[in-house]
Amino acid sequence: MSSNGSQPDGGTATTGGTQRPVRITDTTLRDGSHAMSHQFTEAQVRATVHALDGAGVEVIEVTHGDGLGGSSFNYGFSHTNEIDLIRAAVEEAAQATIAVLLVPGIGTMDDLRQARSVGAGIARVATHCTEADVSVQHFGLAKSLGMETVGFLMMSHRTDPANLARQARIMADAGADCVYVVDSAGALVLGDAQERVKAVFDEIGHQAQVGFHGHQNLSLGVANSVLAFQTGARQIDGSLCALGAGAGNSPTEVLAATFDHLGVTTGVDVGGVLDAAEEVVRPYLPRWPKADRTAIVQGWAGVYSSFLLHAEHAAERYHVPAHEILQRAGEAGYVGGQEDMLIDIALQLAQERDLAATGAR
Amino acid sequence: MTKALAAIVGPGNIGTDLLAKLRRSDDIEVGYVVGIMESEGLERARALGVEASAGGVDWLLDRPVLPSIVFDATSAKAHRAAAPRFAEAGIVAIDLTPAAVGPLVSPPVNFRDHVAAPNINMISCGAQATVPIVHAVSSVVRVDYAEIVASVASKSAGPGTRANIDEFTHTTSRAVRELGGATRGKAIIVLNPVEPPMIMRDTVFCSIPADADRDAVTASIERRVAEVQEYVPGYTLRNAPQYDEPREQWGGNGRVAVFLEVRGAGDYLPEYAGNLDIMTAAAARVGELVAREKASVTA
Repeated sequence: MSSNGSQPDGGTATTGGTQRPVRITDTTLRDGSHAMSHQFTEAQVRATVHALDGAGVEVIEVTHGDGLGGSSFNYGFSHTNEIDLIRAAVEEAAQATIAVLLVPGIGTMDDLRQARSVGAGIARVATHCTEADVSVQHFGLAKSLGMETVGFLMMSHRTDPANLARQARIMADAGADCVYVVDSAGALVLGDAQERVKAVFDEIGHQAQVGFHGHQNLSLGVANSVLAFQTGARQIDGSLCALGAGAGNSPTEVLAATFDHLGVTTGVDVGGVLDAAEEVVRPYLPRWPKADRTAIVQGWAGVYSSFLLHAEHAAERYHVPAHEILQRAGEAGYVGGQEDMLIDIALQLAQERDLAATGAR
Repeated sequence: MTKALAAIVGPGNIGTDLLAKLRRSDDIEVGYVVGIMESEGLERARALGVEASAGGVDWLLDRPVLPSIVFDATSAKAHRAAAPRFAEAGIVAIDLTPAAVGPLVSPPVNFRDHVAAPNINMISCGAQATVPIVHAVSSVVRVDYAEIVASVASKSAGPGTRANIDEFTHTTSRAVRELGGATRGKAIIVLNPVEPPMIMRDTVFCSIPADADRDAVTASIERRVAEVQEYVPGYTLRNAPQYDEPREQWGGNGRVAVFLEVRGAGDYLPEYAGNLDIMTAAAARVGELVAREKASVTA
């Protein structure tokens, strides 16, 4: 292992989690669902799982972008029922474990039971970074169903490292085998990510693993992931072709190549994920996620990445600029799940525009 | 007209706010406030001249003059235990817990159906804020599916709600169907920690037929908002109802979206906690309607 690939001591074996220095969890089929407007087909899911599984990716997340039960007016209806997609993914995976996301308040324990019944092996329970206590009952259920568990502290830039660590403690005590620092807005800049991972690692590292989920809104997803690893994170999220909310996620294929360069074993075949990205995912990309004006504003103003397409739709409908909607969403402090507020902001902007036009006459 | 004698069980924030509201009532007089241990809530009640005791339901049922209405702001478990005792004593229970021993009631939607019920459940804050709107829409057009999104300030979500957030989604979606009149229902709750705290917001989405009379739907929604405003003055439409054209993905239906703000009266709870205020306000409303009913029967 090179000096760049070193990790602090600690993080001894837990009941769940990975034995490798780093395990890459691919979320093309969950976070990527946002960029696909939740229109994944079973054929796309099977092809993607087949390619990832063959390339040695050990965890593949498959769920509506907003987690189990996310299919809705507010977040967008799924093309194919997510339980059918999860079942197909489980059938297709020879070695990989299929993970599902659950956001309490959106999905319920019944949804998790259903996902488990079709073979999902890992439950990832997500809350806003200050609201971890709403996840306790869901961790309890996941453990009783024999699932590996991950806690997902979303929008981690919105609280300080010490408080984030306290929230991670709640999840670890509730049964999380790993707690992620989730940069939902792609707003953490290097040291910001590192401080948070360190605080969480110092708090729970002796009993659970730490993970990092990055976005590319400021083009720092991979860099933040490397820093997270060097600070103790053992589980890192990525998506093929960056397919995900906002400017997309840390690309799985770039993570694999980068960790390989650092001499860190992830178990992922770099050539295999490059092929998966280029040959399987690229043909179905509606557009290649990139840091355009709207996405950069998300990172800059600290706005939930999943708001991107919803802001664009509201912008089109009410003829106001999408990046202004997102800017306001950042100022108002809206959190993941409040997609409805984007329409509300668009209506306000439209009213202000009409008033200004009247005044100009 | 003499006022109906009432008791409040559970002297926490909800019970205290309810007491403040009921002290303005022409129909109800709160004679007793009950807890199971000495607390600031009991002290607050005594300071207002209300007889208050830490003796629990036993003490209450031992009074020489029993209340005719009890408001229960304890917990689901405590209410399930006490409900049969209230019923046996002939006391109408208005239940602010998630126990759902009695029928789910939203005052402008279905109080008349349960006028003589011995136990009435106030459902959830999200339901009190949104079910009247779903019902207003379904009174005019067919609603195959309704979905509500409740956003509340983190500070206004207590430990009970947090420990069992699934209960909110289940109970509220049930009410969207059974009271709201939607064939299928979904409820979402989001906790937001922003400072200063955000005022409760609720969004109601209803599917509507492609040929729905939008003016009639809007008029029905506006009438209903005015009815809720009678007991929650801070219940307002942020914008006119928004209509989306039919989509194949929506089963060929169109959609109406209603954006609500629920600002509390600030009686004891802060104004941003519209989610708690609409529960106490709706419970007080039901209590008054029950009291008037009793008075008219007696007369």
